[in-house]
Amino acid sequence: MEEREELRAETEENPYLEARFKGLEQKIKKLKNELKASQKQLPTNALTIIVFSGDMDRLMASFILSSTAAAMGMEVTMFFTMWGLVALKKSVHYHGKTLPEKMITFMMPSHPKHAKLSKMNMLGGGKKFLEFLMKKKNIQNVSDYIEMARNMGVKFIACSMTMDLMGIKADELLKPMVFCGATTYLANASTSKINLFI
Amino acid sequence: MSNIKLDCKNMSCPAPIIEVSKAIKEINTGDVLEVEATDQGFEPDIQAWSKQTGHELISLDVGDVLKAVIRKV
Repeated sequence: MEEREELRAETEENPYLEARFKGLEQKIKKLKNELKASQKQLPTNALTIIVFSGDMDRLMASFILSSTAAAMGMEVTMFFTMWGLVALKKSVHYHGKTLPEKMITFMMPSHPKHAKLSKMNMLGGGKKFLEFLMKKKNIQNVSDYIEMARNMGVKFIACSMTMDLMGIKADELLKPMVFCGATTYLANASTSKINLFI
Repeated sequence: MSNIKLDCKNMSCPAPIIEVSKAIKEINTGDVLEVEATDQGFEPDIQAWSKQTGHELISLDVGDVLKAVIRKV
């Protein structure tokens, strides 16, 4: 600041220098504004995950990744859509639903612990075997991982459109719950470092 | 400056790292956390975690039981 004052005093005597000086000041101001705008566009230390699959093994992967990212100080958001909505179910009910909604509620798992394996489910036999192996190796189950993620401050967001499609009502899901659409997700994802689709 | 011990033996990924991240919040800057784990993935994980979070990994002993010493920065 003092240098500027000195320069000012000198340039006041010399109009040519004054003009050059003013020009430089304007350029610096312009560059500062451009830098501010660029910094706003940098990806933030955040992770978003679209949880599309409702299969047990994929849900485990989703929640393990989100918990770990949170443990590393990242801001994590999980956006649950389609089959993935099962992970948010707390308890299902049939009242207040149309017949097609009741039918789909019946056909879908009522709780994440009932999620099947994506491969080798073998009518539930494969899943039972995997759960046996997991217990032996002290690996937690899906419900535990969901709670772990929640406790680590991971944000859960439910897709309102597919909720409507799958006949799921807000009171059947974990509380508190945030609802949004694809636009909100994409706005969030556009500034996050890592975006995954599981 | 205090030393806190954290037993993460027989916990599988990501539980040890989760416990470390929770414990680091409870202690004061300058305090030291000693973590024991049996999950072999803990060796590269704790190094990545310290690099990412900026806390200091003072030492890491490998073996059947891994021991990491971390200072909160």
